Amino acid sequence: MEMGWRWDFTIEILPKMAIATLNTILAAGVGYAIALIVGLFFLLGQRTPSKIINWINREIVEFIRSTPLLIQLFFVYFVLPQFGITLSAWLCGMITIGLHFGTYLSEVYRGALEGVSKTQWEACRALNFSTTYTYRKIVLPQAFPIAIPGMGNYLVGIFKDTPLLSTIGVAELFHAATAVGGYNYRYLEPYTMVGLIFLVLSVPAAMWVRKLERDVNISQGKIKK
Amino acid sequence: MSYIEFLSEHGTTLLLGTVTTVKVLVCSIILYVVISMIFGLMRLSKNPIIQGTATVYIEFFRGTSLLVQLFWVYYVLPFFGLSLEAFTAGVVALGLNFGAYGAEVVRAGILAVPRGQWEAAFALNFSPSKRIKNIIIPQIFPIILPPAANLTVELLKATALVALVTVVDLTFEAKQINSITWLSAQCFGTALLIYYIMARFALVPFLRWLEVLAARKVGKEKI
Repeated sequence: MEMGWRWDFTIEILPKMAIATLNTILAAGVGYAIALIVGLFFLLGQRTPSKIINWINREIVEFIRSTPLLIQLFFVYFVLPQFGITLSAWLCGMITIGLHFGTYLSEVYRGALEGVSKTQWEACRALNFSTTYTYRKIVLPQAFPIAIPGMGNYLVGIFKDTPLLSTIGVAELFHAATAVGGYNYRYLEPYTMVGLIFLVLSVPAAMWVRKLERDVNISQGKIKK
Repeated sequence: MSYIEFLSEHGTTLLLGTVTTVKVLVCSIILYVVISMIFGLMRLSKNPIIQGTATVYIEFFRGTSLLVQLFWVYYVLPFFGLSLEAFTAGVVALGLNFGAYGAEVVRAGILAVPRGQWEAAFALNFSPSKRIKNIIIPQIFPIILPPAANLTVELLKATALVALVTVVDLTFEAKQINSITWLSAQCFGTALLIYYIMARFALVPFLRWLEVLAARKVGKEKI
């Protein structure tokens, strides 16, 4: 076997890797969208007045957060067909990522809502605003900027966890690299390329999130410009 | 087959896998803590080369996926004449990855110690090593332990990935049993449960205890 980096091989597999990269981005985007919505449901469960629902919600969130995403993927992928629900690998992957990161996002939402000062609520009560109006016009506009950095962090987090989807056969970047590598008995170029592609996409994204975080802190008056 | 029968038949295998998972966890915790300390301090160095090295390391390992790093260590390093055993490769990849996250925690922790503490230690003419060892480090622990605890729980979950480079851990065994028996709900359900128990009733209480200990040491009572 030839040692060292082979450029011809790199160029040969580049188109395949590029298409697979698009799949990875698509998977991350869809998974993130689901997670954003799932997070809202967990938040709702947390904030309902019923103590029992609160407790059940908290236990579910705790369970999902303390078990590995990999086994959750296997669970959804292998167990649902036993109950007569056969979903494609893509769909299973998206559901699992949505559920897993939804629990994290619900914590981000919660933190943001709690970040809005209590006096804002009191002022709204004093002014006789309805709860809906208070949320819509007073609380959410203030909570949203606080949530942005956390939300951005988990977008990057989901992106970096998409390679796990390859284990159930979703044709994303890492899956493509493994396939190409296995076919040609060369893993050096495919895996290194995957690493570089991730680096190129996620480092700027993470820097952008950090900048957002700074901007939010400045607008909140926590740090000076 | 009832669940009891399933457990009596495959329970020992799953438990043996759990032992391996614990071994991977303990080894990678040690490695990641050491790496975090070294690179966290390097990140604060005034020397641009040392600081730059740490920054590149941290950005690199935080910017790429753990699974990719793991496969790189296991499948690509042999190309450069460095073949690691699966277990070692798993621990090295986990340690390097979490060390990068931990280094940022350590850095933030050191920066969070009030400036006055440095100045007072300086004013009292403590030697540099004494300043770090007796004044700064005891104050760092209560600050960095809560985020480090989160990271460590994430690490426990991440150990599941080493199954993919053929380390025979809990995940590997669950997969193996699944492919023989096709009792997916039982194997993966049990595996999830074991991970949950390890995280919730062993690792988290232990880390909380450490937090209380560290807080008490600097005279801050913690509930």
